[in-house]
Amino acid sequence: MSTFLQSLLIALRALRVNKMRALLTMLGIIIGIAAVIIMVAIGSGASKMISDQISSIGSNLLLVLPGSLTSGGMRSGTGGAQSLTYDDAKAIRTECPSVAEVAPTVRGSAQVVYGNQNWSTVVLGVTPEIIAVRDWTLVAGRNISQSDVDGASKNCLVGQTVADNLFGSADPIGKIIRIKKIPFTVVGLLGRKGQSPQGQDQDDVIYVPLRTAQRKLLGSQFPNAVGAIMIEARSADTLKKAEEEVVALLNQRHRVGPGREVDYSIRNLSELLAVSEQSTRVMSLLLGAVASISLVVGGIGIMNIMLVSVTERTREIGIRIAIGAKERDIMLQFLTEAVLLTTCGGIIGMLLGVGGAQLVASIVGWPTLISVQTIAIAFAFSAGVGVFFGFYPARKAASLNPIEALRYE
Amino acid sequence: MAEVVRLEEVAKVYTMGEEKVEALRGVSFSVAPGEFVSIMGASGSGKSTCMNILGCLDVPTSGAYLLDGVNVGELSGNQLAEVRNKKLGFVFQGFNLLARTTARENVELPLVYAQVPAGRRRALAQEALARVGLAGREGHFPNQLSGGQQQRVAIARALVNQPSIILADEPTGNLDSTTTVEIMGIFQELNRQGITIVMVTHEPEVAAFTGRQIVFRDGLIVSDTRSDRATRPGSGEGEGS
Repeated sequence: MSTFLQSLLIALRALRVNKMRALLTMLGIIIGIAAVIIMVAIGSGASKMISDQISSIGSNLLLVLPGSLTSGGMRSGTGGAQSLTYDDAKAIRTECPSVAEVAPTVRGSAQVVYGNQNWSTVVLGVTPEIIAVRDWTLVAGRNISQSDVDGASKNCLVGQTVADNLFGSADPIGKIIRIKKIPFTVVGLLGRKGQSPQGQDQDDVIYVPLRTAQRKLLGSQFPNAVGAIMIEARSADTLKKAEEEVVALLNQRHRVGPGREVDYSIRNLSELLAVSEQSTRVMSLLLGAVASISLVVGGIGIMNIMLVSVTERTREIGIRIAIGAKERDIMLQFLTEAVLLTTCGGIIGMLLGVGGAQLVASIVGWPTLISVQTIAIAFAFSAGVGVFFGFYPARKAASLNPIEALRYE
Repeated sequence: MAEVVRLEEVAKVYTMGEEKVEALRGVSFSVAPGEFVSIMGASGSGKSTCMNILGCLDVPTSGAYLLDGVNVGELSGNQLAEVRNKKLGFVFQGFNLLARTTARENVELPLVYAQVPAGRRRALAQEALARVGLAGREGHFPNQLSGGQQQRVAIARALVNQPSIILADEPTGNLDSTTTVEIMGIFQELNRQGITIVMVTHEPEVAAFTGRQIVFRDGLIVSDTRSDRATRPGSGEGEGS
């Protein structure tokens, strides 16, 4: 330990003698570490944003959509058929034990008017369960109730974007708005959710009772049809089981069998989004890899300077060997110097990287995330670069022939 | 007491490309404790090679070198380093002090590699500097000292580990005649205190300060003479070993 302390003192002294050179040498490592930290911060920031968006959709979700419709040889896309009904949703709720909540919806768009303001937005016919399934919060007012749905009342919930555009800063609760010229009372204000993973504004929405939407707003030839059924499983573990139960039930209800195609499709949203999360993780890894190239370049700079240093100090090495330094002592001395250079550079780079990441976050507006883990790895990496690139020069120093080294001018 | 140094038919052959150079061609001599020996010869006579072998910086091609009864040829690299550290003290022509390092720290250097604790290191270095008349100059850097003073620091560094033998390679080669006499006086004084010294020189006047002169020519010893007009036999024998 005392030998190590001794080499640390020698190394400090050697660096102090060549301050400018030490700083320039460190620069490579400083830039490398700072780049790695910033890149990883951006990457993990993006990945956190996506996972936040995933949880903003709601967790453990299955989405059942109507099947395609064939008429006269033309097939519509998924959802074209009106094959799912409110009754399907109710049946799923009561008959599938792994399902926690079911929220059937119908979707349409409409022009909404309040006073002299108007706004085109998405109108969704929903049941009260939508709040739980989509993990919404209500910041004011109340949820629509089952009696609103059953009685097809003209009450509605508005999202933040809609509220901002129609009411400005005024309190929306109790206001009367016209959706497709039909007056509705705003009974609740939804909390802010932000963008969906697909980039849609999730707050640009109005929720009306399902029956109201079916019969009065988005009237179709099948008044009981729903556009989608969202299903929340009891837990992530039962998601698969819930899917199987739903499939079995719907097959039975829709009499799927020989001569009758499956007229609905079922999607596992969590799985879908896990894929996009995976892709950002790959991207952040890639960014880190690119940044670590600069770290390698910095390491080569260290090796270069250490080789110069060994040559310059050939005579000193000769003296040290002559008065009894072992190979190990010389080796340790130069290795310590290299590691000291890289770890000092690493610490400075770390500070710059953390600062830089915050700058990126505040100026460009990208979300960045710095974890203790990132910093620990960056630090270990900088020390590792010192050992790796300092090894060869240190070996060279330790294996000098003392007679020639002492004669070196 | 047995001899400090014993060379038996030591030969050293260097291969330079195709050519083989016989630097030493079978040299035998021994040095008893308390002796002050000068090795003389023209350049290329083999005296420097002999010094390198004595200093364990080089190993003989054939023959044996016994230092304090130990056959140095059988030691590993680390053991040789230890021998250099504990049993030998070097004084060079060019002083070879570490720049930007104080006199005291230069003297402490062998103790650092001997893993002596810092406090004791400082005390020993102080004592060695005092012995060569440099008390009070401990904090000076080499570039603040004259040539003679630098060589004294080097001598203190050679002394500090209480070696069996001090090896001096042209120690006065870079010094003027007044300083040469001064430095030789220090060597004589140390020798009087019982320290064994082997010194390489090509100047007969410098060799005259020693009690025994070995002359090399073409890799062989041509003469080995003792004279009484130089140093008297040591009085404080054993102090240096």
